[in-house]
Amino acid sequence: MLEFMEGSHAVAEIVKRCRPQVIAAYPITPQTHIVEDLAQMVANCEIDAEYITVESEFSALSACLGASAAGSRVYSATTSQGLALMFEVCFNAAGMRQPIVMTIANRSLGAPLSIWNDQQDSISLRDSGWLQFYAEDNQETADLHMIAYKVCEDHDILLPAFVCFDGFILTHTFEPVALPTQEEVDAYLPAFNPYQRLDAENPLSFGMYATPEYYMEFRYEVDQAMQRAKQAFVKAGREFGEQFGRDYSALVEGYRLENADIALVAMGSICGTVKDAIDEMRENGRKVGLLKIRAYRPFPAREIADALKGVSTVAVLDKNISLGNGGAVGTEVKSALYGSGISVYDYIIALGGRDVRKKDIAAVVDLAEKGKGDMFYGLRTEVL
Amino acid sequence: MAEVEGGCELFSAGHRACGGCGPALAARLLLKATGKNVIIAAATGCMEVFSTPYPETAWGVPWIHSLFENPAAVASGIEASLKRQGRTEKVVCIGGDGSTLDIGVLCISGAFERGHDITYICYDNEAYMNTGIQRSGATPYGASTTTSPAGSCSLGNPRPKKDMPAILAAHGAPYVATASIAYPNDFVQKVERAINTPGPCYIQVHTPCCTGWGFESGETLNMAKLAIETGLWVNYEMVDGRVEKAKKVSRKPVEEYLQKQKRFRHLFKPARRDDVIAQIQGIADANAERFGIDIKRKESSE
Repeated sequence: MLEFMEGSHAVAEIVKRCRPQVIAAYPITPQTHIVEDLAQMVANCEIDAEYITVESEFSALSACLGASAAGSRVYSATTSQGLALMFEVCFNAAGMRQPIVMTIANRSLGAPLSIWNDQQDSISLRDSGWLQFYAEDNQETADLHMIAYKVCEDHDILLPAFVCFDGFILTHTFEPVALPTQEEVDAYLPAFNPYQRLDAENPLSFGMYATPEYYMEFRYEVDQAMQRAKQAFVKAGREFGEQFGRDYSALVEGYRLENADIALVAMGSICGTVKDAIDEMRENGRKVGLLKIRAYRPFPAREIADALKGVSTVAVLDKNISLGNGGAVGTEVKSALYGSGISVYDYIIALGGRDVRKKDIAAVVDLAEKGKGDMFYGLRTEVL
Repeated sequence: MAEVEGGCELFSAGHRACGGCGPALAARLLLKATGKNVIIAAATGCMEVFSTPYPETAWGVPWIHSLFENPAAVASGIEASLKRQGRTEKVVCIGGDGSTLDIGVLCISGAFERGHDITYICYDNEAYMNTGIQRSGATPYGASTTTSPAGSCSLGNPRPKKDMPAILAAHGAPYVATASIAYPNDFVQKVERAINTPGPCYIQVHTPCCTGWGFESGETLNMAKLAIETGLWVNYEMVDGRVEKAKKVSRKPVEEYLQKQKRFRHLFKPARRDDVIAQIQGIADANAERFGIDIKRKESSE
């Protein structure tokens, strides 16, 4: 049954049904309604969890790490500066193989201070060892949480995950969302079964230090788990489709790529606008399609190369900037398509909440057709 | 009470601490007090490094290290998780003075304010010893460290020790204590009391570091004892914010303690700095006054 609800509320409702046992979150500006809704659910005994009102985002993730190591399914949500404050713990949690799921309400990083949307925050953590999934709408956001827990807690994976959805554009927007019942979620997502836990009956040491004789092998193991996560995601996404009718078995998803000459590549809510723009362009006879990246880590390079076979030009929409070297997604798409002969152009777009409309998408396609790219799109030159 | 001598050893020998390491002794005594039913959340630091080089561990109890500044936050999560699971292990943090008094204060303050049922042990060796003897908030006045070196226009560390026990008592901690490895039974008893007191408890245990302070490795316990006997370290307990018990001593001059350590050598050579020694004596006198530790002559056995 579809219910009309705010994106943040949809996330809180699905997280509740995923039965986290410990939740730790900090109300840094800008937080979302997710953690407020969860606090109310705990206060109403609708959810059987400990809610730790930590004094910082740094402690939020540290507390999640401890609770996870002690054997509980955990949850947190953050965004922007809060995620930046968690930077050190992010690397640590992944290296310690704790299957933490955290929602990222994507927002920009200062300076200048901006509370609005882009994807700079989570993309800046791309090398941290966290799985990163990006949602196009609130339904996908809710669904990806269930899939994320399933993938993370797989004993062949044991990595943490970000479920990313765009700040304001999705977090504060009301959309119809189908929420599975508790029984349905339980049937999909079994109770947390930790691979190892802190336990007096079986004393183990977690988080030891490694000399040069051992360090590289630990990093290799994390990378291997990342690679395995592709198949684990595909499997969990397919099972989700079989149970709920919404299939997420693809790490990347094409839209009207058949016979496309130009393909846009994007992540997150902008894909909705792109699809509408493509529909209009197709009506005007332009052979344009979209490749949506759902899983940014692990990066689906082979899947991207396969999906874009046959196009001559690719325009990547990057809601981030790796200052000094263009957009992060564009750089990686170029790497994935190296040697293919496809022209790949990168467009830094919609930073700090700048609105993107269908005409902007069409303008990007025009630029790519002219071989003009690797640029900021839509700069207000009069204020430069 | 746990047997300090003999009995179960949960902190194994064969770790990589320096000979005469004060913190290693504190770890051993800590586990004698806690027994097996405990989970340790450790900070980065000397103790973590000498006790857990992968694939070896000295810890015979469940132990976790995440980062330098977060054991109190990690322990908050562990405690919440155990509570949810109905488990009975005690949760104990252990961190050095750099972690505890400097970089970890935010996490500790948060955990104590929220009232988690944890015990936080700070092993205080009065500087960042793991990284090369740099000054911390616990470095005493006048001590020379690599970041507060004595020099032609410096007398060493320019500030007295931060009063962390008072800070945590002000958080409403039900039990706060100081201890010293020179008095192992006392330390063990205090740990037992702390872990059996509901809510966040704090013990700062004085653990001399022969490498960082500059004394012979066989002198560790003597150095810890001298700190007590001069009044530069006071063993006391605070229950609900009030000092209830402080160890009384027949005080010796601070000079007896200072002159045995290289970190204070600049106060004696090339020229005696009686002015600075007098200032440090003043710190000991103020401690004695505040905690009432002086044994009056008629009570004295001497």
